[in-house]
Parts: sequence; C-alpha cells; structure tokens
Amino acid sequence: MVLNSILFYFFAALAVGSAILMVTRRNVVHGAVYLITTLLATAGVFLLLQAEFLFIVQVILYVGGIMVLFIFVIMLVNLDISLLQYQFNRQRFVAAVLALALGAQIFLAIKMGQKSLFPQASVPEILPKNTEAVADALFGHFMLPFEIASILLLVAMIGAVVMAKRRV
Amino acid sequence: MVPVDQYLWLSLALFTIGVIGVLTRRNVIIILMSIELILNAVNINLVAFSHMFGTVDGQVFAIFVITDAAAEAAVGLGIILAFFRNRETLLADEMDMLKW
Amino acid sequence: MSHFITPSIMRLVLPVLYAVVIVAVLPLLAGYIVLMERKVMADMQARLGPMRVGPHGLLQPIADAVKLLLKEDIIPEKADRLLFWLAPLVSVTMALLAYAALPIGPAFQIADLNIGLLFILAVSSLGIYGIVLGGWASNSHYSLLGALRSAAQLVSYETAAGLGLISALLLAGSLSMRDIVIAQYDQGMWFIFYVPIGFFIYMVGSIAETNRAPFDLPEAESELVAGYMTEYSGFRWSLYFLAEYANMIIVAGIATTLFLGGWLRPFASFHDHLPGTPIELLDALPSLLVLGVAAYCFFLAPKQPVKIQKLVMALVGGLCLAIAGILAGSLFASPAVLQGVHGAFWFMAKVFAYLYCFLWFRFTFPRYRFDQLMRLGWRFLIPLALVNLITMATALLISREWGWSLRITSILAIVVTLAVAMWLAKNDQVDSAVPVAEGE
Repeated sequence: MVLNSILFYFFAALAVGSAILMVTRRNVVHGAVYLITTLLATAGVFLLLQAEFLFIVQVILYVGGIMVLFIFVIMLVNLDISLLQYQFNRQRFVAAVLALALGAQIFLAIKMGQKSLFPQASVPEILPKNTEAVADALFGHFMLPFEIASILLLVAMIGAVVMAKRRV
Repeated sequence: MVPVDQYLWLSLALFTIGVIGVLTRRNVIIILMSIELILNAVNINLVAFSHMFGTVDGQVFAIFVITDAAAEAAVGLGIILAFFRNRETLLADEMDMLKW
Repeated sequence: MSHFITPSIMRLVLPVLYAVVIVAVLPLLAGYIVLMERKVMADMQARLGPMRVGPHGLLQPIADAVKLLLKEDIIPEKADRLLFWLAPLVSVTMALLAYAALPIGPAFQIADLNIGLLFILAVSSLGIYGIVLGGWASNSHYSLLGALRSAAQLVSYETAAGLGLISALLLAGSLSMRDIVIAQYDQGMWFIFYVPIGFFIYMVGSIAETNRAPFDLPEAESELVAGYMTEYSGFRWSLYFLAEYANMIIVAGIATTLFLGGWLRPFASFHDHLPGTPIELLDALPSLLVLGVAAYCFFLAPKQPVKIQKLVMALVGGLCLAIAGILAGSLFASPAVLQGVHGAFWFMAKVFAYLYCFLWFRFTFPRYRFDQLMRLGWRFLIPLALVNLITMATALLISREWGWSLRITSILAIVVTLAVAMWLAKNDQVDSAVPVAEGE
C-alpha cells in the first residue's frame, strides 16, 4: 500500500517537526499548540496501525482533555515577563549532549535488534472489531491493572484538589 | 506496508526531542509537556509492537500509559498552580527553596 | 453512459457528493435557525420578530449574511496574529468534520465508521480549541475570561453528557451510528423511553457544551461583552457563529440518533397498510404535513403588502409543494428510495424539535452564575449520570439473566435513579444554604 506509506511519512514528519518547534518556542501557548499537533499526528499513526480505539482515546483524552487542562493552566498563570526571560537553563549544552547520547544508545539497540523484527504476517481482509477486542482484553486479562489504574486516577484527583486548594 | 522499524525510528526521534526538552528548558510547563511527548513516543512503540504481534495487549498498555499521563498532568499542573501562587515564577531553576 | 456508474465508483462519489451538499447547505441552515430563534423569541415575548426583509422576514438570513461579509475585518494590534487567524478555522473545521459520521437518513451518511459516535464526540471536543485559542489570541481580558469559562464549562459538562450517552449505548451495543438506529428499530422502541434520565442529562450537557443560554457564560453579554468573540468581527466572527450553530445541529443529531430513533418514523415497527396498496398510512403523514404548510403559504401570499413579497411567499409555497411532491412520489418508489427520502425528513424534523427545546430553554431560564453552573455539573449531573448508568446496566443484566422484560426493569431503574436524584437535590440545597467560604 503506497498510500499507507505516504500517510505514515506525512504524519511522522508532522509529528517530529512540531515536536521540535514545541521544545524551542518561547511562547508557551504556541508550544502547547505544537504539542497538540504532534499528538494529533500520532493519533493518525495509530489509525494507520489499525488501532481505532486508541486513536479515539488519544484524541478525546489527550488532545481534548489533558491538553485543554494544560492550556487552561497556562492561561491562568500567563506571565508576560516569561517572554523576555531566557528560556534555556545553564546546563543546556551538557544536557543536550547527554540526551543525544541516550538517543544514540537507543538507536544502536534498535539497530542490533532489527533482525528480530518482522512485519505482521498477513492483514486479514475484514479487520476484527478493535473496540471489542480492546474491551475484552481490558476487562478480562487486564482486569487488575485496570482497577489499579482507577485507584491511581482517584489518588491523582484528590491530590490535584489538595494542591489547588488555597487552604487545606 | 510500513516496516515496523520505521515506527521505532519515529518513536526514537520523539523520545529524544522530549528528553532534550525536559533537560534544557527552564519553564516548568514546557518540561511537563516534554514529558507528555516522551510518554507519547512510548505509546507509538507499544502500538507498533501490538500490530506486529497481531494482538491488542500493546494497545491496552498504551491506554494505561495515557491514564497515567492524565493523572500526572492533573497533579503536576496542581503543583504548578500552587507554586505559582506562592513564588510568582514558573522557572525550574528558581524553585530552590529546599537548597537553603 | 450508465456503464460508468459502477457500484465501486458510486461508493467513492456518493460520500463526496454528500459532503459537498452538507458544506453548501449548512450555512444557509444556520442562518434559518437564527431566523427561527428570533421568531420563537418574538412569539414568546408576544412580538412579531423580523418582518421587513421578505414576507414574514423569510429573507432576513440572506440580508444578515451579506451584512456580515461586507463588514470590516479587524485584527487587534497586539493580538497573536497566527492564532487569531487559526482559531475560527479550527472551530468551524471541527464542527463540519463531525458531520462525516452523522446519519441523515439510511442512505445519507458520508461514512459509517464502526467508532462513529466516538468520532463525533472526539471531533466536537476539539472544537473547544477554537474558542480557547481565539480568546487567548485576542489579547483582551474579556476574551480571555470568556475562553477560561468556556474551557472549564466544556470539560465539566462533556463528562456528564458522555455518561448520559453511554446509558443509551448499553442498549444499542454498538458505536456505529447506523447500528444504533437499527437497534432501536429491532427493539421496537426509541431509547428515550428506556433511559429518559440519560436523555435529560445529555440535553442539559449539550446545552452547556454549545454555550447556549442558560449556560452561555462564556459569551454572557452583561458581564463579558461577547466573551471569546469580543475582538472578532466580520467574516471571522461569522465563522464562529457558523461553528456554534453547526455544533447545535450536531448535538441535536446525536440526541436524535441515540434517543429519538434517528431516521425512523414514529411507530416504525407498526405496519398498517392502506387497503389494497403497499403504502403505509403513517408514511403518508409527512407529505400531508408539508402540503398543509404549502397551502398556508398560498393562503398568505395574496395578503402580503408588497408585490415582491407576494411573489416570494408564493415561491415558498411552491417550494413546499415540490417537497410534498417528492415525499409523496417516494411512496410509490422502491423501499430504499422511500426510506432515504422519508428518513431525511424525519431526521430533520426531530433535529428541529430538539433545537426548538433549546430555544425554549433559552427564553425561559435566567442565566446561571458560574459557581452555580459548576455545582450543577459536578455535584448533581455527574453523580446522577453515574447512578443512571449503574441502574441501567443492572436492569439490562437482570433482563438478560432472569428473562424479565426490559420494559419493566428499565422502569425500576428509572424509579431508583429518580430517588437518588431527589436525594442529591436535597443534599445540595442544604449545602448551598451554608454561606460561601471566606476567601473565595
């Protein structure tokens, strides 16, 4: 499928390009918008990987929920001064080199393990219903992690309320 | 069909950009957003492998990762709000009250 | 010529055609919903409403559109130009994108996705960025406050509305919009009769999501001028306007599909044929209704004061007559054509009935205060939606395991949920009597 490849490289370029813009922009709101673009491009990649449900989760939860929260907080604390301040910290060069070293390490790891990768044997003509499959896995085999995740969310919710409250 | 390693390269690129963002930026909100980027890069790997093996386990893990990201964002932004209220700053290297 | 139109080409051409039709018709429809809004408002306030442009103001939307397009387009000097330009586009694109999965009649659907409902919800949840970014980019306090209010409101009420929808999804057992309607046909009842509380929650949530009164705090004119739209003018403003009305039609479409039987006519599984023919009695209803409207138009036409108005009124009458003719003609066509034409009619009729309720609410209830809005959302609607979901799931389980009729168990579920609702409301009152905490 040529179309598949074209779409993948388009989404990949979009994701990487706006990710770079995200970490380099001075304006935080612009950074958030670029991160949203990256997340949407990633959602497109999920769709190419036939993970429709994850595509929707990414759009509703990540883009429609978490990022709205981010932008909300950015607007609450919006500081005009921050546009004039220097945006990178003192250890930036060491940090960038270390990060690139980490990237190189992972690069080598993938290169070494590349032989054991294999494409999926055959894509069936009629795809299984992705939402049902995910639900079956989530409420069957992964029931305990699911419950733990719900407790995690509860804890996070209480934590956020306590943090945001002026007087506890 | 796009080979699996292409997805890994994409994920690697996003991950590295995210790490650079976390380590070099001063603004806490940008740091939090870079962490989201890192989590997102991991998700691409999980879904790519899930596609490779023809199961949905990887996707389920990706859902857990997104849940975790939501929890982290909620608490992180709560901390940022509380901190901003006290110190009127968002810069990570000015958060040094424990160094006194 | 005809051998070019193979099924595979039709499968590609038809969706494009539908998309073009929707994009072309929607602005006009939005304009006429505004006219309907003004007329309903006038009626409720014992006035006449717009009467000058065209007979009974029927050409008012076109005059409004021309006015909007000719207005000066202002960008504030200190605005963030890129985002200021982008924000209305995001709003309108996301609103239009949602139509891709909305089934207007069994044949009239751009794409039948198997995650259709989630797709619509996802896309319309992205529309908030248009509001938030536009409010921020304007670099104005009113805009920013409107955007903040809007973000908080949407995030809160999306949860409640989504939980309300899930109670109907339980019954349908599918996320595909088409399958949801077909499930209602198979079960012989619209889902609103099984989960009226879910419908109520979705209705309140959808009013809040579209920023309509009584929840129109983001654009409350007495407090925030026009909220996030304060700095917008001319064409950009009309894009926001279009997005708002497109979103109204979307939420009405979702409610219609999930709770009101979509394109099904009332009593869809009840077949009563006209003696000696395959025509069903109830199918004759739409054409008779439109015929009545046409007759009324022709009756009014000679009474118009100006000649051109007489002409326009007669033209409207002719249009109604043509629609009645199409509706009647499809009675004699094949069942697929009949279902397609009448499905679209019933769908639009239900959408407009839902929108009428929106307008009714708008002119009946005073605007909420922001803390009241948040309290209603988080402390009443969301708990109620959760309880409704649990009781409905239990009812479904009981009817599946023990073989009770779903109609009985769902009534039990409704009673339990109503009891909880009353308890919640009582609790809330006690709480709100406590004076607001100091420092708030």
